[in-house]
Amino acid sequence: MSTRTSSQISKADSAASSGIVIRADNLWKSYDEGAITVLKGVTVEVIAGQTVALCGPSGCGKSTLLHLIGGLDHPDEGRVFVNGIDLKTRRNMTSFLRHEVGFVFQLHNLIPDLTLEENCLLPAIAAGMDRRAARERLRQLAARIGLENRLGHRIQKLSGGERQRTALCRALMNRARILLADEPTGSLDERNSAAIFALLLELARGEGLTLLMATHDRSLAAACDRLVEMRDGRIHEC
Amino acid sequence: MIYLRLILTNLGRHRIRTIVSVAGIAFSVAAMLTVVTVLQGAIGMFSGILSSGAELIVFERNVSDLFFSEVPASAASQIAAWPMVAHADPVLFGVVSSADHPIITCFGITAQDARIRNATWIAGDVSQFGRVKDGVVLGERAAGFLNASLGSTVPIGHGAFHVVGVLRTRNGFEDGGVFMTLDAARSFFHKEGSSVVTIRLHNKDDVAAFKRQVNASFPNLIGLEDAEFSRSYSQFKILKATAWAVGGCGLALGGLGVANTMIMSVFTRIREIAILRVNGFSHAQLAAIIFGESSIVAIVGALAGLAIGTCALFGLKLIPALHGYVDVTLHPALMFIVVLLALLTGIAGALYPSAYAVRIRAVEALRFE
Repeated sequence: MSTRTSSQISKADSAASSGIVIRADNLWKSYDEGAITVLKGVTVEVIAGQTVALCGPSGCGKSTLLHLIGGLDHPDEGRVFVNGIDLKTRRNMTSFLRHEVGFVFQLHNLIPDLTLEENCLLPAIAAGMDRRAARERLRQLAARIGLENRLGHRIQKLSGGERQRTALCRALMNRARILLADEPTGSLDERNSAAIFALLLELARGEGLTLLMATHDRSLAAACDRLVEMRDGRIHEC
Repeated sequence: MIYLRLILTNLGRHRIRTIVSVAGIAFSVAAMLTVVTVLQGAIGMFSGILSSGAELIVFERNVSDLFFSEVPASAASQIAAWPMVAHADPVLFGVVSSADHPIITCFGITAQDARIRNATWIAGDVSQFGRVKDGVVLGERAAGFLNASLGSTVPIGHGAFHVVGVLRTRNGFEDGGVFMTLDAARSFFHKEGSSVVTIRLHNKDDVAAFKRQVNASFPNLIGLEDAEFSRSYSQFKILKATAWAVGGCGLALGGLGVANTMIMSVFTRIREIAILRVNGFSHAQLAAIIFGESSIVAIVGALAGLAIGTCALFGLKLIPALHGYVDVTLHPALMFIVVLLALLTGIAGALYPSAYAVRIRAVEALRFE
């Protein structure tokens, strides 16, 4: 578990009262020693329980922004606040990854040699969750997602849609309140894409999660509470 | 359970590589076990021929090799006369040669010596020892390679000796040796005393007093208990150090094999490690998986090595030329040390790979497919 200072707690309380769970403040990020600047002063806020679509063409910085918000990378400049706490000041990013955010990627990022059940239990095991409670949580999620009959199957035996549903199930295992989805339907056909997206929205709204989803599919994005347009490393429209 | 699945799954993905690593550790452990056991057995046998049931051994102080030690005959006689001494046997060790056999250990002993009294006489009997001029008793193996039997004459060194007996002992050095009277040996090797005097005391509590008396009466001599002698004799120390060094080198090579396997293991699943990290695995948990893999490789290798080493030792014992020289006594402490060393080698081999694994940046690993 992370250790919070009193100022962090007060900031968290203040953020909670204003309803802002994610605040990216003037984020800059470049790669190749500054040769490629991906984010150019991005500022964005997300309110708790909101479903937000981050739209824009490939390479506009959507994924980078999600990685910074998810604590997987550090901005060159600017700050990221999640649940009111500046990620830079967090001592324990492991606890943050375990309990505060869940990720869904375009490529499902499942471990192919493990079964669906084992893949989904990984976050629970990492967090030291009681085994019985973890299995019960998985059973409930799998039933909602429609995977209850596939728990013992290896990932190689699952279809693309099932794999992405498994990744969604895994992201929700530890009851994180923020779900970061990076092109979750990008590798699926139109039918599966629509089904996964609908499921994502249903779960997010059903469980009151904050969803920040990168996509370039405008028709899907339109179903979200809010659409944020990104272009050339900047937010153009909110 | 899933930890174990992750570990075993990865080992199973690259079966050949895993088997090669296990084999590396196994052969290293087998080599170490075999070399150390054979040398410990040899040292035990050598200690055995020195003491031959006695409690103490007296020899010349600061000699590098007992073959160079000389205890004056007068000193041996005086020691034998001390009240605390029950029995004192002077023994002269020498190396003789015969056709096709450049090195044969020769024992110059008295007729009271336990070596010939406790041995099984195959031909002749102990009463004949020393009665015939130029008479020798041969160990069973020596009789075999010298092609000699009771009554025959064997050329040894510059002389010819009559075989007055053939005996069997459990000690390979004695079984391949030649026994002659102390006087004959002194004459043969041009010495006046003996190499050592083996001592049996009336009361074992007098050991310390005996050693003090040797020190006071004969400053050039030293008296040591058997175990004390085995620990302090420089030749034994060199042998033991050599055995452990050879075994250690083998194990180090095995460790490099494990390190190579683990490095490859980490390099080939950077993405998987990143997935685990994103799903909340801590650095310690990731390292535990890497160390778990190397530990399994090391333990399985060590167990296989123990089995191979044991078979090799029994195989060596069956070779006629080595009969009596290989003492296959597997000491649990040695086996434990060997397995522990293998485990430590495995862990050492995983140090760099695990350090590399925890430094993997998930975002970079996940960015590229």
